[in-house]
Amino acid sequence: MNINLTINGKSYSQDVEPRLLLIHFLRDVAGLTGTHMGCETSLCGACTVELNGKAIKSCSMFTVQANGADIVTIEGLATNGRLDPMQEAFWNEHGLQCGFCTPGMIMASKQILYRNPSPTEDEIRHGLEGNVCRCTGYQHIVNAVKAAAAGAGK
Amino acid sequence: MITQKFEYTAPKSLDEALHLLASGAKPLAGGMSLIPMMKLRLAAPEHLVDLRALKDLNYIREAGGQLHIGATASHYEVESSALLRQKCPLLTETAAAIGDVQVRNMGTIGGSVAHADPAADYPAALQALEAKFVLKGAKSERTVSAAEFFVDTFTTALEPGEILREVIVPIDDARTGTSYQKMAQPASGFAIVGVAARVRVNAGKVSFVRIGVTGLSNRAYRATAAEKALEGKTPSPADIQAAAALVAQGVDANSDLHASSDYRRHLAVVHTVRALKTALSRIA
Repeated sequence: MNINLTINGKSYSQDVEPRLLLIHFLRDVAGLTGTHMGCETSLCGACTVELNGKAIKSCSMFTVQANGADIVTIEGLATNGRLDPMQEAFWNEHGLQCGFCTPGMIMASKQILYRNPSPTEDEIRHGLEGNVCRCTGYQHIVNAVKAAAAGAGK
Repeated sequence: MITQKFEYTAPKSLDEALHLLASGAKPLAGGMSLIPMMKLRLAAPEHLVDLRALKDLNYIREAGGQLHIGATASHYEVESSALLRQKCPLLTETAAAIGDVQVRNMGTIGGSVAHADPAADYPAALQALEAKFVLKGAKSERTVSAAEFFVDTFTTALEPGEILREVIVPIDDARTGTSYQKMAQPASGFAIVGVAARVRVNAGKVSFVRIGVTGLSNRAYRATAAEKALEGKTPSPADIQAAAALVAQGVDANSDLHASSDYRRHLAVVHTVRALKTALSRIA
């Protein structure tokens, strides 16, 4: 089936098998390996990307379902070599250790601030329920989202 | 994990979708249950019809003194609906308790209830709301009650070729207090037990009470024995406890690695007390 979609501002037109998962399209067809495949059962959130402005798990969606969609992955956040404020906040607050969950964490964190520019700590933790980190214990990730929210308010 | 091969159609109209479903295709909505099942080869549909592509199934509106929710309204759309927050807060509270943000962005109310997972959240609220379900086939349309709709584990009143088109819930005014309380399975977010309550009080006595339970047994149900026990009572903490003690009466409780049947029954009582107390505290 022929599909058209936009990833990080670039258009793709491609013939795909209906069973090709979106994450495989991103990684294997588009070559965007920043989006990680973790559990493959829609629990860990490492594969989170933005689809038409909403955070979704790309391991639990077929590429054909995204026909016509506008997708943003972790590679699409930095502009002209400058990190996105959320990436900057994760860096400054040490919101990662091994980095495997980080692309998904950052995409989910951005979703939190789209909907609520000044979330409470509870709201941040609730917003990250779909993402699992096995290193940091989450505190630095929560701090990073708080810092990004504070920075965006300035 | 790669699923088996299948054919995929994004139909242009509901009629086209129903025509395909009548010839054996399976509906796909948000895919939050179906796609994981396909990956595990628990499901292997040969042809999927993507209902999410149909804009005329995606709405939340008030008409004729009731609230109509199109089948493909996502959990996020329900959770964030100003209309539902004001007129059916039980449903927004329940939607917000489903899974996680990413799942709520994709998952749909129609897909969730048609799948009829015995641990899904919506069915508890929809039983307590005495919701109605509009089922549409290629030739006809019918409306069934929540009591009729939820038949068994993964089994509803839907016939082959029919889709759930719309869910209808009543308007709850400020005199009705509501609450959904759940014990979530920490990994999946599914309800080990979930209890939805709606309560009205008149002259100090409970004049109306509905209790919906999910996670406990093969299907979500209304705990009518507990409702009857509370109706007409003051309701004191002792009255609430006595009514809640009846919530699992006559129910064959599920048992799995997360919770034994005895523990589930205990949780059902605890969460019924919490749901009733919270609902009572929310009466304006």
